[in-house]
Amino acid sequence: MTTRWFGARVQRVEDDRLLRGHGRFTDDIDDGALESYLVRSPYAHARIRSIDVSAARAVAGVVAVYTAADLPFGATDLPILIPHPNLTHGRTQRCLASEVVRYAGEAVAFVVAESRAIAEDAAELVDVDYEPLPAVITPEVAARAEHLVHDDVPGNVAAELTQEVGDVQQALAAAPHRRRLRFRYERGAACPLEARAIWARWSEPERKLTVYDSTQSPTSIRGGLAVLFGLPESSVDVIAPDVGGGFGPKIMLFYSDELLVPYAAMQLGRPVKWTEDRQEHFTAVNQERGQVHEVEVGFDGEGKVLALSDDFIHDGGAYTPYGLILPIISAGQLPGPYRVPNLRVRFRDMYTNATPTSPYRGAGRPHACFVMERTLDAIAEELGLDRVEVRRRNLIQPDEFPYAVGLVWQDGNMVVYDSGDYPALLEKALETLGPRPSGDHVGMGLGIYVEGTGLGPYEGAHVQVLVSGKVVAATGIPNQGQAHATVWAQVVADELGVDVADVQVTSGDTRRMPWGVGTFASRGAVTAGNAMAVAARMVAEKARQVAADHLEADPADLELAGGQVRVKGSPQRSMPLAVVAVLANPMRYAFGGGTEAATQFTPKSRPGPPLREGERPGLEATGYYSPPGSTWAAGCHAAWVRIDPKTFRLEILKYVVVHDCGPMINPMVVEGQIEGGVAQGIGGAFYERLAYDSDGQLRNASFMEFLMPYATEIPPLVIEHIETPSPLNPLGIKGVGEAGVIPVGAVIASGIEEALGVPITEMPLSPLKLFELTREVSPDRRG
Amino acid sequence: MRVNGVEHAPPADPRRLLSDHLRHDLGLTGTHVGCEHGVCGCCTVLLDAVPVRSCLMLAVQAEGHEVTTIEGLAPDGEPLHPVQQAFHEAHGLQCGFCTPGFVMSVVGLLAQHPDPTPEQIDEGIAGNLCRCTGYASIRRAVARAAELSNK
Amino acid sequence: MKPPPFEYHAPTTVDDACSLLGSLEDAKVLAGGQSLMPLLNFRLARPAHIVDINRISGFDRIYERDGGVAVQALARQAAVEDSELVARVCPLLRDAVRLVAHRVIRNRGTVCGSIAHADPASELPAVLLALGGSVVARSARAERTIPADELFAGVFETALAADELLVEAWFPRSPSPSAIHEESRRHGDFALAGVVRAGERLALFGVAPTAVLADPSDPTQGIQPSGDLEASPEFRLHLVRALTARAFAA
Repeated sequence: MTTRWFGARVQRVEDDRLLRGHGRFTDDIDDGALESYLVRSPYAHARIRSIDVSAARAVAGVVAVYTAADLPFGATDLPILIPHPNLTHGRTQRCLASEVVRYAGEAVAFVVAESRAIAEDAAELVDVDYEPLPAVITPEVAARAEHLVHDDVPGNVAAELTQEVGDVQQALAAAPHRRRLRFRYERGAACPLEARAIWARWSEPERKLTVYDSTQSPTSIRGGLAVLFGLPESSVDVIAPDVGGGFGPKIMLFYSDELLVPYAAMQLGRPVKWTEDRQEHFTAVNQERGQVHEVEVGFDGEGKVLALSDDFIHDGGAYTPYGLILPIISAGQLPGPYRVPNLRVRFRDMYTNATPTSPYRGAGRPHACFVMERTLDAIAEELGLDRVEVRRRNLIQPDEFPYAVGLVWQDGNMVVYDSGDYPALLEKALETLGPRPSGDHVGMGLGIYVEGTGLGPYEGAHVQVLVSGKVVAATGIPNQGQAHATVWAQVVADELGVDVADVQVTSGDTRRMPWGVGTFASRGAVTAGNAMAVAARMVAEKARQVAADHLEADPADLELAGGQVRVKGSPQRSMPLAVVAVLANPMRYAFGGGTEAATQFTPKSRPGPPLREGERPGLEATGYYSPPGSTWAAGCHAAWVRIDPKTFRLEILKYVVVHDCGPMINPMVVEGQIEGGVAQGIGGAFYERLAYDSDGQLRNASFMEFLMPYATEIPPLVIEHIETPSPLNPLGIKGVGEAGVIPVGAVIASGIEEALGVPITEMPLSPLKLFELTREVSPDRRG
Repeated sequence: MRVNGVEHAPPADPRRLLSDHLRHDLGLTGTHVGCEHGVCGCCTVLLDAVPVRSCLMLAVQAEGHEVTTIEGLAPDGEPLHPVQQAFHEAHGLQCGFCTPGFVMSVVGLLAQHPDPTPEQIDEGIAGNLCRCTGYASIRRAVARAAELSNK
Repeated sequence: MKPPPFEYHAPTTVDDACSLLGSLEDAKVLAGGQSLMPLLNFRLARPAHIVDINRISGFDRIYERDGGVAVQALARQAAVEDSELVARVCPLLRDAVRLVAHRVIRNRGTVCGSIAHADPASELPAVLLALGGSVVARSARAERTIPADELFAGVFETALAADELLVEAWFPRSPSPSAIHEESRRHGDFALAGVVRAGERLALFGVAPTAVLADPSDPTQGIQPSGDLEASPEFRLHLVRALTARAFAA
């Protein structure tokens, strides 16, 4: 089989309708729907004494106002998605709060009206009597536990987990050199350009609930709604239509609206929709918040790490719907591409009175990369060694794979790096970066990372050849811009020997593919891509079997190419795939050109019924891929940065990415993912921050004050690839979705540290922060 | 008001934003809403051939004016406008949410600077936010759009 | 975020606009809308009445007057940016307008609107002040000229009365050398601090409740800037010194 499409920079098949404005994003769907608005707590922590919605209900144009008391599920805690034995004190919120609110933005009431404007007018009349309580805002404050976020969670600790490889205490004591370091890392908000949205309709005659949701997991939403409303799953369709960016917050489920909107649609007999506005998005949608790491490292005179102890607290926010996935990822990714013979990592997942945290692109990996990279730089500085040389001496070598790290991974397996070449990444990055630019206040930023990708448990795909010869394919995971329609078409087109333009892919529609997990954790290509290959190979195999009967050949001598099934070496002995599709259905009532051709062929008679045992009609198959474990991508970023000594403005002079995600299905798409990730990383490192005050109020909940970078803040990138295939999956590929963002904080911090000569141990940075650091003023960073 | 060449009556409610009027009253959902405070650029349309933020206009203000939305750039069945074509060639879009706003802004940019320098390109696209692409491919798209437009 | 309800008025003459402002309680003028509309959408402004002046024709002229440039109420920032007259007579104004937000915002935003809005971090009030310009304010009662140094009263506050419409801003010819420098976080953002040099005069913005005149040899004297997320008072003072040095380096 020739791979014609795999590896090709195929332009996207989905562009035309998006460019013409014919995309279908969730808020684009009206269909007579009522609109709605969520009333949210302005307080970070408060007791609710009473809620009076009578004035709101009386507003003209308001159809319903719900509080927890009005809901049959009002007293049901939302699910903990990923339980873990160490999550001893997991807590989730309820759909609408009625007793206590624990973060500013927590939903309290739901207003349904003829228009959003009217719903907002009515919401102003919802009278909630709050009794403010002390708010716990930072993980450090949470750890002091002077006040509790949950009365029944001592010390504000949701979970604690310690992992050890080797004997850290002994190795530290024996080490010739030791350093203690403290790092404080704050991430921020994903801020996709499309905020969240949901639309639902209940059809009584069909007993069917249809939901459009800007989600990263329609299959999970469907499963949850079916259980909640006591419906069979076949009565619930969930579709993620076009989604304007996900980046993590849209894999969080369930948001209050995801229960309320379908419920209201069922109650009110009309479709209901809810579209988040940007202001509420900042506190309504999960963020990824801070971590504080206390590190002790032991090393020898050559800069080799002998022992590493990391004790960190994680800012989990007010609830733990996502379990302790984020700190587990940080812990598991801590050593990165380096050999750490004795390693101890302990974390405590802290409750704070802030928006709950769940993965945002990178999902704990940036924190780990920052800690390890800055620790190596500190070792180099202590010993007077070159930073690059220290890295060379600690990198895992290409002949050490598979490399078992000894830590647990987010899928419950142990971290085992399957393949890679970390020294090659470093050398190529340095070579591409080139010499230091002239001038003052220039520094080199450097960061090497690994990325666990391709997480299970599985994905599935359905592939079918139609009697027209066109192919339709579907997978359960949705698309938020990663070019699924093109990339999966490439995989299928290769297997079936057709043109990419003849493969139409549906992503994220439970009507087309009801089984699946979701798009997150850099897993889409590995899981859904391989599932597409599995299903397409099954179809190809069946095509060869069916065609063999008619071409009087052995299936093993047949190949699929050019839309035909043909005998290898005798291409004139062929039949169109379209005809094979007709023949695959023994009934063969058919319309159209291909089927007339089919009647010229008489099937070889074979004993037994037309469909043998185990055979199915039609040229289609559903295939699944379940990875044995994560497959590990890696990369190295290197940059020259300059800081203006007067204004402390950051100028990125050159930014290089050398990246390894194994063989790439579509390099153009991969580069787009990297470029987007790096931009998010630069935003998170130097421009964006979530400015919570000591009362837990977010002071910059707008795009005017939450500073997402424009084009003028993002330099062009130079991207190089190396490819170390994965031995774990049929396509040999690794994921790439989060790669761009992971090391950027470390790169920017180390570059600025060298440029200015001040130690950088806290993120994010800004001109103000650098001004204060250079004056050795210690600011209150949470003000 | 004329929208993509078709006469429409303005809405009765003066507080109806132009962005919502286009999307929900006229069914032209190609114009997107990302922030409702004029910063992200997703809602950009042409008002009398000049790009403006439709979220910062009341729909009634468009009366007597010509509005062009993304749907009006290339009628159905017709080839893509050079700016649209360039975005496609350069992989200048991923999720597509910011794209109509960028395209309309770039139409305005090229009307002002038919052969823009790299600085003028950066200046011209600096008012639109994109979270997916990191802007590199969008820069390439604008340069390509200038080429295609000047053919 | 949708605007709260309001009464909408769209007068077609300046007289009608002034008469409305004189008779309505709690009215806001809507010109470019680039400052007012976000406030409405956030429900931070809740005027009972909106007086939309965009229907007044012939109200967007940019013309030469008394050796300087007069800019009428509906002259868009983009038009001022592109104006050959402004480039010739008052290039400082053109340079300043280029720093206002982004071109798409400037297509709609007005110079007079920016001055009437009086955001302490905006460029145009500081330019008016540095040049020693003035504005013409009209009401049903009278028309008067307000010099720049009497116009700006506080944060988002001017000397305009509730029934007055700012009909024209007058910018004197910009002397040589003139310069405007600002430091902002992203391209087009409001300035953390900024300076305008008009010959030997210096005006600052972003560091006080209004644009203020300053002494080029001691620009931070008497200035007590506030602190916010992106700049502390000390950082603002530091930037003022750096930007002033840059402006007067030539």
